[in-house]
Amino acid sequence: MNTTTVLIVTGAFLASAVEMVEALTIVLGVGVVRGWRSTLIGVGAATIVLVVLVAALGPALGSIPIGSLRLVVGALLLAFGLQWLRKAILRSSGYKALHDEEESFQAERTQAVAAADDRRAGLDWYSFTVAFKGVLLEGLEVVFIVIAFGSAQGHLGLAAAGAGAALVVVVIAGVLAKGPLSRVPENTIKFAVGLLLTSFGSFWGAEGVGVHWPGDEASLLGVIAFFVVVSLLLARALRRKRVTLVTAGAGA
Amino acid sequence: MRYLRSFGRFWWNFIVGDDWRVAAGVVVALGLTSLLTHAGVNVWWLLPTSVALVLAESLRRAVGRS
Repeated sequence: MNTTTVLIVTGAFLASAVEMVEALTIVLGVGVVRGWRSTLIGVGAATIVLVVLVAALGPALGSIPIGSLRLVVGALLLAFGLQWLRKAILRSSGYKALHDEEESFQAERTQAVAAADDRRAGLDWYSFTVAFKGVLLEGLEVVFIVIAFGSAQGHLGLAAAGAGAALVVVVIAGVLAKGPLSRVPENTIKFAVGLLLTSFGSFWGAEGVGVHWPGDEASLLGVIAFFVVVSLLLARALRRKRVTLVTAGAGA
Repeated sequence: MRYLRSFGRFWWNFIVGDDWRVAAGVVVALGLTSLLTHAGVNVWWLLPTSVALVLAESLRRAVGRS
């Protein structure tokens, strides 16, 4: 397993873990209030849809020429990765509130208590639809990342295994914690995933338009290092700016 | 029509997100890299540098608004 493959599996694992922590919060919020049967059926139905998507789209992408595939995947990873990185930098510098799993869990519980009792097809429809939508929407990001990471390098199975490992870890941690995983350093993980998505996006996007990287795959580490330095400098500059604004505001 | 619109909005939010200028910047940077590469210049440094500038500009705008 070379460095690129390790980074692909790590990226798929981290991205999946952080999305699954958010999905777990939604599922727990509904399940503990309204019962587990309909909630878990919703989780199962969404999981089947996600697995079918990976199974159908992954091999289909394999038939696209690798140059075109890397260009498209690179562009999408860049657009997607920059969103993650941008939000993570804004959060780490205090310009955007950190995502609070405990708060989301309490909000989910409150809504679940207030929701009307609506039974369809023998299911508590509220529990089913909330769990289904929550897992599907959080899972779509995972599917996108797994397919993008896996197809551009021909390691779909490994990327899917990384996501699968994250699912196992998050479910076990959720069962052991018996609550939302609020101590997971979500923003740090999102920062790391944003860096990986942006770096792979730049690397594959440039390769897709015909660029020859000096040192071939080894230069990917250089691209990652470049974005790490740039992002940390940007986060530090924003933190300083915020401190200056807050101090000036307090002194006024 | 309503479903089509929400479907389109979902994918727009999913891929483009809060700042459409970031996605536009990525497309422009890729286009420029492609043009120069096909003109025989191996501009491997151009895309990462442009992406870093796009990110910095997007953050500057976001901070300016808050």
